[in-house]
Amino acid sequence: MRLTTKTATLLALVALIALAPLFFPSAFYYRVGALIFVNGLAVTGIVILTGWAGQISLGHAGFAGIGAYACALAPVHLGLHPALAILLGAGVSAVLAWLVGRPILRLKGYYLGVASLGMGILISMVLNNERDLTRGPDGIDVPDLGLRAALKTAGLDLSNGEFWYALCGIVLVLGAWLALNLHDSPTGRALRALHGSEVAARTVGMDVPRLKLQAFVISAVYASVSGSLLALQNRFITPDVAGFMHSVEMVTMAVLGGVGSVAGAIFGAAVLTLLPQMLTVFAEYEQLVLGLVMVLVMIFLREGVVPSILRKLRGTGE
Amino acid sequence: MSELLQFLFSGVTVGAVYALVALGFTIIYNASDVVNFAQGEFVMLGGMITVFAHAAGAPLPLAALLACLGTAALGVAMNKLAIEPARGAPVVSLVIITIGASIFIRGAAQLVFDKQIHSFPAFSGDDPIRILQATILPQSLWVIAGAVAVFTGLWLFFTRTLLGRAVLATSNNRLAAQLVGINTPFVMTLSFALSAGIGALAGVLVTPITMTSYDVGLALALKGFAAAMLGGMGNPKGALVGGLVLGLLEGLTAGYISSQYKDAAAFLVILGVLFFLPQGLFGRKSTDRV
Amino acid sequence: MKTFLTTTAIAAFALAAPAMAEIRIGASLSATGPAAFLGDPELKTLEMLVEDQNARGGLNGEQIELIAYDDGGDPNKARTFATRLIEDDEVVAIIGGTTTGTTMSILSVAEDAEIPFISLAGAIDIISPVKPHTFKTPHTDRMACQKIFEDMQKRAIGKIGMLSGTDGFGASMQAQCKDVAPDYGIEIVADETYDPKDADMTAQLTKIRGTAGVQAILNPGFGQGPSIVTRNYRQLAIDLPFYQSHGVASDGFIDLAGAEAAEGVRLPGTALLVADLLAENDPQKPVVAAYKAMFEEKTGTPVGTFGGYAHDAWLILTDAIGRAGSAEPAAIRDAIEATTGLAGTTGIYNMTPEDHLGLDLSAFRLLEIKGGKWTLVE
Repeated sequence: MRLTTKTATLLALVALIALAPLFFPSAFYYRVGALIFVNGLAVTGIVILTGWAGQISLGHAGFAGIGAYACALAPVHLGLHPALAILLGAGVSAVLAWLVGRPILRLKGYYLGVASLGMGILISMVLNNERDLTRGPDGIDVPDLGLRAALKTAGLDLSNGEFWYALCGIVLVLGAWLALNLHDSPTGRALRALHGSEVAARTVGMDVPRLKLQAFVISAVYASVSGSLLALQNRFITPDVAGFMHSVEMVTMAVLGGVGSVAGAIFGAAVLTLLPQMLTVFAEYEQLVLGLVMVLVMIFLREGVVPSILRKLRGTGE
Repeated sequence: MSELLQFLFSGVTVGAVYALVALGFTIIYNASDVVNFAQGEFVMLGGMITVFAHAAGAPLPLAALLACLGTAALGVAMNKLAIEPARGAPVVSLVIITIGASIFIRGAAQLVFDKQIHSFPAFSGDDPIRILQATILPQSLWVIAGAVAVFTGLWLFFTRTLLGRAVLATSNNRLAAQLVGINTPFVMTLSFALSAGIGALAGVLVTPITMTSYDVGLALALKGFAAAMLGGMGNPKGALVGGLVLGLLEGLTAGYISSQYKDAAAFLVILGVLFFLPQGLFGRKSTDRV
Repeated sequence: MKTFLTTTAIAAFALAAPAMAEIRIGASLSATGPAAFLGDPELKTLEMLVEDQNARGGLNGEQIELIAYDDGGDPNKARTFATRLIEDDEVVAIIGGTTTGTTMSILSVAEDAEIPFISLAGAIDIISPVKPHTFKTPHTDRMACQKIFEDMQKRAIGKIGMLSGTDGFGASMQAQCKDVAPDYGIEIVADETYDPKDADMTAQLTKIRGTAGVQAILNPGFGQGPSIVTRNYRQLAIDLPFYQSHGVASDGFIDLAGAEAAEGVRLPGTALLVADLLAENDPQKPVVAAYKAMFEEKTGTPVGTFGGYAHDAWLILTDAIGRAGSAEPAAIRDAIEATTGLAGTTGIYNMTPEDHLGLDLSAFRLLEIKGGKWTLVE
């Protein structure tokens, strides 16, 4: 049963990514697709942290900020190729998550919430204030990844929109595949046991702090790579990427779609990325609708849209 | 010396604002274990309703009263429509619900009111009070007095009244509370009405200092949340002390170290305190339930 | 996910079909979010002007459709909307970018697609170096600094303290002022900041006052921050000359800060604020008076510099389309670049291939608040 869920999720994802362009009325939809994939990647990290390990974070956008600014700064100051800058950003995020995670993951519930919030705010504050390096709140240009030009010389001529749609789609599938593998690994099972009951997990001899830390670090890397892809795609980034609202957005996407499942979370990312695009005619009411959707889904589809609907389809619980 | 005193005054002014917002968090948290991220919107509504009622011709005290009552009613509605139906949901879902409610209220406010910045006159004029070369505005004293009054009221309420104890009992164990005859739905309604009313009162008091607009709620909620957590969520003393400490930290950091990193200093201290005292300064010890 | 994409696709088709206007002009503005204070009047101005233009028979005999999106001040959203305007709505020109961050996001999309783009944001980086399709209407923040420093020089002020907002507007102006100060023999001896949502800035002001040699204080920022700073200034009874930026050039600032606290504040503003004081033969007088009357009647709120930027962008664009006699993006671009002697609310625009702003320092007027009213400093 597990194996089918994993294969089914991946197959459905690949099929959707590959077939959706057939229905695109204009090149604009490649942009929306690429954004959904970038958000989907960050949200997959939240699934691991919140859905499986049961830990809350209100500061994960900070890691997206690190990933994004690594791509803006490392090529200029360190002469790194932007592709390597993605790895550098992921490495820095992982180390920071490891250092910060050790003390703050001892906290529970809202206390963990405020501590992670503080961490995120500190990162965005540094990006805003260290103007000599980051150019401050007005943002900074990001170098070209160069891959599209390389593909062109190799005979594959993609438009900018198509290229980023394809690249982000591939990275998302990879990220989902890794996450689903983790889900079925001994670590993944241990994480989920932890979510069930920390005390019980500790009693049977699990190294609880270590497990939580692993989930925190992995999810930080997902957020960081997603920030890098966003920066490289936009060729420009501002400290907003590390802001509190972006952190909330990540958690909301995951929880709305179904924080326990990768497919659900990616669905949540798709819905929240599309919502503002669908509401442009009623832009005045956008906030109203967004708030209403958040409240209603949490009340009526408590586990998130996808798991709740799957459960209804199956008739009973898993 | 006069500089230090001015930094302290600045810190106390800001701290009293945070404390008032933080106090609003405690009642709902005590009754339901929910941290209400829409608390900042109650503060915003307090200010905005007063501004518009005042502009429509109501005298200031009446406008302020209307704002507090209206916001309290909205708090009750929020409990009935969004919090009660989600009882027993995990923390992360409750966070999303209350943030969703806050986005909803903000969206409604920008339609009902406008997107301009507003203010109304200070209660006792704008002539600063001079103490040893440093100055403080009379409105700051109003805010400080408001924070102290709300704190005292809450403290008496939770320790001296049957109703207040019923609120605490409901929080500890809802079923047991019902069994001993506490009308728990009424307790929840009351808590939301009180919290929202206190939030609105905060909005009325601080608007002459901070001004108000439809989107001031989030920043206030975050600072109030941080202050409440620093002091220990649920304890009125924690909210008061947490708010004042946060404000003083900001004032002193801006004065002596760097105004750019004053918010950073505040959050570093919060992280440090939580590292040694995971329940905040005055928080309740909790035990894990299996 | 597919269902959602197709639903949007259908929705987009359904919306596009009934309104096949002749000239489509796009806008991405921050009508909500932290820059709503600027973006809201900009959007209202554009909507009002489009309606007016269509009522007067449109442009070159064709009706205009304005497709305006609210990017909430988020540069990422702004880029998405710019892509949508160009790829999906197929607009011939874009107005917008309320903030420098959103402008920079729209800029690269517009340049790639070779669509003329008029920004409403302040930073000098937008037009320097010149990009072929990007123009802007507001003075640069660098010019605001120069105008203020010119006046300080006249008053023999050599050492100043700065207190800037940490938002994009304040931060960018802070950097530009520090950069040009030496040209005017001015030394910045104290440099403090505040968060736009802060409740009290007396700590920073006390620190600046305590710095040896400070002769004047400058506060670049917008929104409620500068009003609070102005009140704190009076609370502390600081008697040094006090300068604000063009970020607060609106009657709303005097109301919020209070006429008493704002007394004597100087700032570089536009003709818009002193419409009644302009000389009868001032070329800006008719346009300023007309816009002021129209906006205030329509919205019931006082005009401000920022709505004026949108007005001028619209003026430049319609003027260019009229002269080009065509609504082809390339023709519009060429015509905008050839704009000469066009009087807007902000100043008189003279664009050239080297200058995509077309304003000089004379467009700024140094204003002082006296008795709750704007007056011209000469």
